Amino acid sequence: MSAAKDYIRPIDFKRGRVDLTHGSGGRAMAQLIDELFLAAFDNDWLRQLNDQACFSVPAGRLVMATDSHVVSPLFFPGGDIGCLAVHGTVNDVAMAGAKPLYLSAGFILEEGFPLSDLKRIVESMAAAARQAGVPIVTGDTKVVEQGKGDGVFITTTGIGVVPADVRVSGDRARPGDKILLSGTLGDHGVAIMSLRENLSFGTSIASDTAALHELVAAMLAAVPDIHCLRDPTRGGLGATLNELARQSGVGMHIDEAALPIRTEVAAACEFLGLDPLYVANEGKLVAICAPEDADRLLAAMRAHPLGREAAVIGEVRADPHHFVQMTTSFGGSRIVDWLSGEQLPRIC
Amino acid sequence: MKKKQGQRPRQHEEQPMGIPYVDEFRDGRLARKIAAAIAAAVRPARQYRFMEFCGGHTHAIYRYGLEDLLPANIQMIHGPGCPVCVLPMGRIDDAIALARTPGVILASYADMLRVPGSNGTSLMKARAAGADVRMVYSASDALQLAVAHPDRQVVFFAIGFETTTPPTAVVIREAARLDLDNFSVFCNHVLTPPAMRAILETGDELGLDGFVGPSHVSAVIGTRPYDFVAADYRRPVVISGFEPLDVLQSVLMLVRQVNDGRVEVENEFSRAVDAEGNRKAQALMTELFELRPSFEWRGLGQIPASALRIRAAYAAFDAEQRFPVPAQAVPDHKACECGAILRGVKRPRDCKVFGTACTPDQPIGACMVSSEGACAAYYNYGRFKDVAVAGQA
Repeated sequence: MSAAKDYIRPIDFKRGRVDLTHGSGGRAMAQLIDELFLAAFDNDWLRQLNDQACFSVPAGRLVMATDSHVVSPLFFPGGDIGCLAVHGTVNDVAMAGAKPLYLSAGFILEEGFPLSDLKRIVESMAAAARQAGVPIVTGDTKVVEQGKGDGVFITTTGIGVVPADVRVSGDRARPGDKILLSGTLGDHGVAIMSLRENLSFGTSIASDTAALHELVAAMLAAVPDIHCLRDPTRGGLGATLNELARQSGVGMHIDEAALPIRTEVAAACEFLGLDPLYVANEGKLVAICAPEDADRLLAAMRAHPLGREAAVIGEVRADPHHFVQMTTSFGGSRIVDWLSGEQLPRIC
Repeated sequence: MKKKQGQRPRQHEEQPMGIPYVDEFRDGRLARKIAAAIAAAVRPARQYRFMEFCGGHTHAIYRYGLEDLLPANIQMIHGPGCPVCVLPMGRIDDAIALARTPGVILASYADMLRVPGSNGTSLMKARAAGADVRMVYSASDALQLAVAHPDRQVVFFAIGFETTTPPTAVVIREAARLDLDNFSVFCNHVLTPPAMRAILETGDELGLDGFVGPSHVSAVIGTRPYDFVAADYRRPVVISGFEPLDVLQSVLMLVRQVNDGRVEVENEFSRAVDAEGNRKAQALMTELFELRPSFEWRGLGQIPASALRIRAAYAAFDAEQRFPVPAQAVPDHKACECGAILRGVKRPRDCKVFGTACTPDQPIGACMVSSEGACAAYYNYGRFKDVAVAGQA
């Protein structure tokens, strides 16, 4: 069941570090694959030890998505780059209304990276994939010289299948449609920021990183004709709504008072001068549906553990300028615009 | 001014997710009550023109859509109170030159990184081209960089009004105590009252009826330095907090002063500001800094005694003494109206390049870069109103 054991001493995962031989294609690389990746991800496809995975696909339209993960820090409250790499791609596939089937994983490791950390990351990845029921069936490892990477970069690609009657797409939002959000905003971004160099602050907020495909399946069971789905990751809700507005050629109008935001997240954003609308999430989705389906969709979301705090946050409107507007808690209105570059803290 | 009893509003039961001491000042119902009081107080036949000096207020006005809550005959005019916007292009070029000096790490507040210098450069572009520019969140982070990199010269690009000056003073004194020979400050701290005087000296060009005064600055210098605005120029001032309810309440106080024919410096932000300010911070500023005879402001030109430089006793920590700094005056881009906008003479949408050649992604002027800049605030939060106006026409 494993590669031929033509090496003698097992890898020292406690004290060892990644070195250039781990990416050289030689014995050390075979050993790393065997003792780490195969052991953690173990499944029928990987065990065949081919350079690719061969599988049959059920009927329907195929969906494919890929995502590279370069997060810093690698470990954060509520997760790490490993589970994030699984959740991110599973979610990208799921946002087409698809059932995710398989994942591939590419690792770029920096020379000197502790093997203990790599093991932690790979095991977290394996656990996330197992929990999601989406096996990692093929992969690749490269090692770059010290200083040419940031510890570890992971690229994952996912494949899934969309049932014939599902037509979720970012260009299907129509005036009058309702906009729903599955839960609180900004948890992931604040959890990450709380550990950044020069910025560390104590918080009980953990990343919301999670695989959303089962929530999506429950939503589609209740409302098969969901018009749009998207996970508001980088750029937050603000960027996601602008993307959907542009794709569909419509405007959006949201209500600030309806947005679920945890006190700790709001407080951290206040302190840093950031707007939670633009802070990243990794376990939330935005759904857009016909107004008559909104109550049913909301009920289905709230019945799922990952959608317990779901809310209707606004509606789609006709607008040739594709503005995303927000009624503030004051009753005034403003634009929720694209972010210019990165959100930066204010001086005073 | 006597402290009012019960100044701090009560917590609201129906806001379980709220932040104590912040949400109280963002209560929509209370806002509508104040807005109704303003609407009842204004005289319909009269125009009220108030300048919010500080970019923090401009930001709050747009972010919370406060203009929608004000009667049509109240006009808010955006003032020069954004430390990023008022720094002239020549000083940005100087900072870029410092960043390019071999062996130097330039530590800067994040807002400054994207501000264009001449020839389309910026600290961000200098960094991409190899200069070692680090984004810091505080002056003490810059000092820490110097401690961590004894083999490099760390220059802190210090900017800001009286609010950010005391922290700069603290790190210079700390660097002296640690006897650090690799830390210096490129000092660009400017003062609020001279800028306000410069605006008032432009005469009646603006037809101002009063000022929403800066509160964070006043927490340091107190309210007394604004007495001249009322005494010499006969304009009311209300020192205002930055929360949306603070701004609305301050506008109401200004309307009442105008209606009553009163000209006073009032303090809406009494929860943190008094007449004298923070004496310890003032003493520290006096110990470390002295007035520059004159300093150039973007949009306002040279203003005498309006900025600070490091005293001779601390010259070892003055980047302008330690490094050759070009110190050239550079005119603003011809099409850019930042100057007129900073003086309150023009509004962002009056600028020909607003929203076309000049956007937050491709800024020409500093007003479009800083989150507190009038153009950026208007572009990011308010520009849909132009479309609505055009649609009606």
